[in-house]
Amino acid sequence: MTLNEKKQLQLTACKVRMGVIESTHGAKAGHPGGSLSAAEVFTYLYFKEMNIDPKNPKWEDRDRFVLSKGHTTPGLYSALAERGFFPVEDLPTFRHIDSYLQGHPNMNTVPGVDMSTGSLGQGISTAVGMAMAAKHTGKQNRVYTLLGDGEIQEGQVWEACMAAAHYKLDNLCVIVDNNGLQIDGAVDAVMSPYPIVDKLDAFGFHVQQVDGHNFEELEAAFATARGTKGAPSAIVMKTVKGKGVSYMENNAGWHGKAPNDAEYEQAMTELKAQYAELEAM
Amino acid sequence: MAEMKKVATRDSYGAALVELGAQCEDLVVLDADLAGATKTSVFQKAYPNRHYDFGIAEANMVSAAAGMSTAGLVPFASSFAMFAAGRAFEQVRNSIGYPHLNVKIGATHGGISVGEDGASHQCCEDFALMRSIPGMTVICPADDVEAKAAVKAAYAHKGPVYLRFGRLAVPVFHSEDYKFQIGKGEVVKEGTDVAIIANGLLVYEAITAAEELAQAGINAMVINMATIKPLDEELVLAAARKCGKIITCEEHSIIGGLGEAVCSLLAEKLPTPVKRIGVNDEFGHSGPAAALLKQFGLSAEHIVEVAKDFCK
Repeated sequence: MTLNEKKQLQLTACKVRMGVIESTHGAKAGHPGGSLSAAEVFTYLYFKEMNIDPKNPKWEDRDRFVLSKGHTTPGLYSALAERGFFPVEDLPTFRHIDSYLQGHPNMNTVPGVDMSTGSLGQGISTAVGMAMAAKHTGKQNRVYTLLGDGEIQEGQVWEACMAAAHYKLDNLCVIVDNNGLQIDGAVDAVMSPYPIVDKLDAFGFHVQQVDGHNFEELEAAFATARGTKGAPSAIVMKTVKGKGVSYMENNAGWHGKAPNDAEYEQAMTELKAQYAELEAM
Repeated sequence: MAEMKKVATRDSYGAALVELGAQCEDLVVLDADLAGATKTSVFQKAYPNRHYDFGIAEANMVSAAAGMSTAGLVPFASSFAMFAAGRAFEQVRNSIGYPHLNVKIGATHGGISVGEDGASHQCCEDFALMRSIPGMTVICPADDVEAKAAVKAAYAHKGPVYLRFGRLAVPVFHSEDYKFQIGKGEVVKEGTDVAIIANGLLVYEAITAAEELAQAGINAMVINMATIKPLDEELVLAAARKCGKIITCEEHSIIGGLGEAVCSLLAEKLPTPVKRIGVNDEFGHSGPAAALLKQFGLSAEHIVEVAKDFCK
């Protein structure tokens, strides 16, 4: 990755974060914390990793992305809008009555959304089905799915992991956003999912651990995942919930709460400052 | 009546999948460690590369079926009704129903006629659960001919379909040229005094009951309502206008199934007295299927009793 490429990705991730704030503020609801922790991976997937075409969102040979942690729609929608699937100006209509930007991902109303999700644990299974279908039909496309570290408390996730390894789905990449927080508090206080890496390894995954805010590490991990044959890949990203907005960082209270007007102003001021700083680099 | 050939509709399910498999390359069959019992094992044998076992993990199977369908495959996800509709209800609702994906759920071992396995496996709630999902088509065929036709119709239908089959071998009363249509009831016998609207194995019981009722001077109409949703409203209303009395029969709880669907329609559009025959808000128990059906009043004998009392 060249320095300029990295800078462009960082700038885009910053714009994705602004979109998260715009949409949750506009909705007066939604989930900023886990959207912000995943801003880099959303950016990397949609701007570098995935073979997609915003002009042809239903292109049958495209790579698929399933947001298994469906509540972090603001992050996904913001990345899709930045990538040109729909106008960025629509983001503030998120969750409004009659808006196509439904509270959780809707594949039938939002261009670029490959699967309707929202009920935790189901997205990864649908991704397993997509990866099986690709193998079945001899397609070369890859399937990516993003899970929360709280989400993996769902038993269905491990049913899906078993199937992914059983069917040797090396076209599947499972990403876990390990931001350490869920609604009721720290994941290890609520119901510890640890050790996440060892569990996925025991289930038959090729597992990598990365800093989820570091594009070089993401690039290396996704490249290794693509080159891994005979087993599904997992990338466990250490991240900061609420990343990029000072008062949201590492605060479980911002899991599912929208910024008010004053908080919106502060968040946008901070993000614009970050953007300017990156641009000046 | 002469001794009739008997076939369990779960066998019809397996056989129809094999027939379809010959022409339909996009058809795949999924199982959760019950291929032998759901009879999809015959498909597995014929088309091993189009059969996927998910192990004892119905939730994952159902959601994975949804994912497969987004890539253009037409999955038939198979298990017992208890697990397909019951255990995996929320996966059916959210992974398949909400995005309205083209997945077929083949649920065998519906109702009390599961027999010896007892209440844990006797699903009498599946119609209620599946009916409540917007856009879901719910079908319970009456015999081998109709079951095979229903599987083919479900494949041809774009959108989610729930198919319920039985474990018990039941008489095959349809002729091979029978035309099944999703959402259309079948008038098996015309009548004027009372209309018996049944589905599944109760249709044959209703036919037998109507013959006995005729001898008692009661001219009963018999309707096979294999599609519970969308309900053939016109036919129900026509039967109500003609007979003025309706009896519903199903191997399902009287809560939430065919009986309730018929009652809801009539209450709003044409208030008509109705008697519901079904499982009366109780769990089943172990026993031979035929004995259980008798004990729970899911028999021609009981239909006759109810009809006679109703027509007094």
